[in-house]
Amino acid sequence: MATIVHGMPTAAVAARPRQFTGIWSWIATVDHKRIGILYGVTAFAFFLIGGIEALLIRLQLAVPNNTLVAPDTFNQLFTMHGTTMIFLVVMPLSVAFFNIVVPLQIGARDVAFPRLNALSYWIFLTGGIFLNLSWIGGVAPDSGWFGYANLTTRPYGPGPNTDFWSLGLLVLGTASMAGAFNFIVTIINLRAPGMSLMRMPVFTWMTFVTSFLIIFAFPIITVALLEITFDRNFGTNFFNTVAAGDTILWQHLFWLFGHPEVYILILPAMGIVSEILPVFSRKPLFGYAVVVYSGVAIAFVSYGVWAHHMFATGLGPVANAVFLTTTMAVGVPTGVKIFNWIATMWRGSLVFPTPMLMAIGFVSMFIIGGLSGISHAVVPSDWQQTDTYYIVAHFHYVLFGGAIFGLFGGTYYWWPKVTGRLLDERIGKWHFWLMLIGFNLTFGPMHFIGMDGMPRRIFTYPAGMGWDFWNMVATAGAILIAISIVVFIYNVAYSLRYGRVAGPDPWDGRTLEWMIPSPPPPYNFAEIPTVHGRDELWLRKHPHPHGAEREEAAELRSDRVDVTLAGHEVARTTHAGPELPGMLGEGAGTQIEAAVERRTGGSTVILRLLGGAVGIVGLVLAAWPGLNMPALGLALFALGFLIFAVFSVYVGGAAGGDPLQTPAGRRPVGSPDAADDHAHGIHLPDPSIYPMITGLGLTLFAAGFIWGLWLSGVGVVMMLFGVYAWCFEPING
Amino acid sequence: MEHAVTPAHAAHAEHETSTGLDHRKIAMWAFLGSDCLFFGSFISTYMIYRGRSIVGPCPHECVINGVHYEGIFSIPYTSVSAFVLLMSSVTMVLALAAIQRGNHRGLRVWLLATALLGSVFVGGQYFEFTSFWRHGLHLDTNLFGTTFFVLTGFHGAHVTIGIIMLLSLLATSLMGRLPTSDSLTVELTGLYWHFVDIVWIVIFTLVYLLPI
Repeated sequence: MATIVHGMPTAAVAARPRQFTGIWSWIATVDHKRIGILYGVTAFAFFLIGGIEALLIRLQLAVPNNTLVAPDTFNQLFTMHGTTMIFLVVMPLSVAFFNIVVPLQIGARDVAFPRLNALSYWIFLTGGIFLNLSWIGGVAPDSGWFGYANLTTRPYGPGPNTDFWSLGLLVLGTASMAGAFNFIVTIINLRAPGMSLMRMPVFTWMTFVTSFLIIFAFPIITVALLEITFDRNFGTNFFNTVAAGDTILWQHLFWLFGHPEVYILILPAMGIVSEILPVFSRKPLFGYAVVVYSGVAIAFVSYGVWAHHMFATGLGPVANAVFLTTTMAVGVPTGVKIFNWIATMWRGSLVFPTPMLMAIGFVSMFIIGGLSGISHAVVPSDWQQTDTYYIVAHFHYVLFGGAIFGLFGGTYYWWPKVTGRLLDERIGKWHFWLMLIGFNLTFGPMHFIGMDGMPRRIFTYPAGMGWDFWNMVATAGAILIAISIVVFIYNVAYSLRYGRVAGPDPWDGRTLEWMIPSPPPPYNFAEIPTVHGRDELWLRKHPHPHGAEREEAAELRSDRVDVTLAGHEVARTTHAGPELPGMLGEGAGTQIEAAVERRTGGSTVILRLLGGAVGIVGLVLAAWPGLNMPALGLALFALGFLIFAVFSVYVGGAAGGDPLQTPAGRRPVGSPDAADDHAHGIHLPDPSIYPMITGLGLTLFAAGFIWGLWLSGVGVVMMLFGVYAWCFEPING
Repeated sequence: MEHAVTPAHAAHAEHETSTGLDHRKIAMWAFLGSDCLFFGSFISTYMIYRGRSIVGPCPHECVINGVHYEGIFSIPYTSVSAFVLLMSSVTMVLALAAIQRGNHRGLRVWLLATALLGSVFVGGQYFEFTSFWRHGLHLDTNLFGTTFFVLTGFHGAHVTIGIIMLLSLLATSLMGRLPTSDSLTVELTGLYWHFVDIVWIVIFTLVYLLPI
């Protein structure tokens, strides 16, 4: 392997390991597929937490005058349910698909900034844990996911509840933005030759659009959250009505972020559905260009509709009329998309495996949610509906019936690409139908009880209001949803073991990701494919039989055979190579172990043990009941972990290249510049633990505002260490 | 496997990226676009609350509830520090020009000059804040104090981060690890620096020069 040869000890300052095994291979990974898996697993864990919160809410509301949970616990439950589902479930699940699918769909070997990608994940993970640590001590955020001022100001929320919320969201926003920058650059710059923008798969397009929404929406919420943080901690007057501060300003800033945010949640699912429907209709997507332009149009218009969340605040007739009109307008491109999906299925040779069922579930449920949405674009109608269960019904039809169905569709669709095995179809259909029925039982009746006047966010209600029956139905439906999720988990466990082996193209797919083995090798494409049109793989499988294109088609066919052969050959010759680790546990050859062994000199063992001990003492201190020193404990844990990590993987034997001596290392990953001799020429980025250290540092910095400012100091030191070590880390050619 | 790639496509393979632009350059432009919204939101907050304080001090001469307040801004002083920051953009351009021509001594001189000019600006801000503080304008005094300190404070933080980046580049260059081929790193730092400069032009105009 050439990489090893010119990577032999030179004038390296610090060695940069190329290969880890076991848990370290996940902590230090920069492989977009692995990071995608981490995102997916973590977000699913948060989905279970958010789901349990939802179940508690429904159990409390099942019967009138219930006392299952206390009122303030109820406030925490609905706040954390909303916050979790939006920021810790739907967004990161979408990002899991961005990570796994986008580089494969555009014919790239990784994202543009692999280490930044890892940083996004570690910030997301630690930020999510930080937010949920508020449950210990029962001080979870309790002022709603929208955090309206002045509920969030110090006089009305003296506890640390809102601090967990505002600081947690600041941290999580950083993760989202870092990811969005990464995918913007990846999609602009790492497309395979021939893949013009209008040949990109629609999911990639929607990732692109969503990323722009994120980088322009999140700075606004960042500012709003900073203002509330300053109000709470440094006595500023942003939302202090005594000093003439305006609480409506919060609503403007929040919804100026918040409405683009709902499209950040739904556009990725729309992209997934636009991939699934053509494949199982055996037809190209109807009106590709219109679907793409509609997505872009939604993104633009979404910045001009925010005040429809504020009709009840008394903006005046002019503003109300303007936002009524823009809100009606944003429904147009959405409706256009729905007609395109229906037209895609029209007269197709439809087949109905689980991904297709989920996609059709998405379209039909989203229509219901969309129509109720239009109904509260009308101001007088909105005044009736606002803050009732009708609104709850609406946004669950678009975010659960829409986003979650779409994301489950994507899970069933791309699962075989990630794991190499298909999810079981029979269990999958049980999952789909249970979830569909449970979902409609839960949220359908909320339209009625909302129209009957039941307000949102009340922890109980008196009997005889006419709400009893439908509340009981909704709770039964929620339990049915929970059962369907258990069925899904069973399906995952069953299929990982016994699932049918998928092969590269189980669905007769249309896009590039189905060209390569499942699971894909770490380098994805042995030879970067050249793209000749939309639905490239479909073109290669079914060359156009007419006219002048026949010649090119024949060439395409031979092209494909070559590429496949090339893939097999390279896979065979390089699979055990240290710079090309396998994706799911494979590739732990003796060669690698020997390489790792060389780097762990005996003198560092004591330091590693020391670090580990300090870390464990810290954890015990942090978690010991009654000791009440989470800050000291977390700081010790961070310090110990840092020592352990650095001495485990970076100090010891040396093998690494100096960036100055290997200028090729600066070349973007995945660019075909190195494909001259791909048996040893595929440069993959080396793993790194600095993203994890930097991410942990950022979260500790935020946590210090609750547990003591000196913890922030520790966080800053870790961040600086992480960033500088990252910048000066040798990049191996 | 040569035949899998036709000569036309092989020419493609010479390109490093789809657009021919470096990844980091696109990322920096995207970041700056995003940062516009960050400052835009703080500036909007300032503009919305302008003139709505119910107690002094005020930025310019004002009367609130029958009480007369002198203006707190010293336009000549801030004009000088704004000019210093503008000049630092010139030295930044000179630093980039130097490394692009392979003149590493020039690079170091102009990087240091830029960092120094930036430090003069931040130092000026420190004295300005202190003087306002002594005149009774605190974070919690009124809406003006709140919005002014937080907006200009975050701008000052951006400048400070820029100075740290410049000094890091200087150190890297002194260590001999900033070769001419890495001039893009200087260019990107420059993009950030000019952006922070332009934001100050907007803040200076809207916050200092525009009378109520």
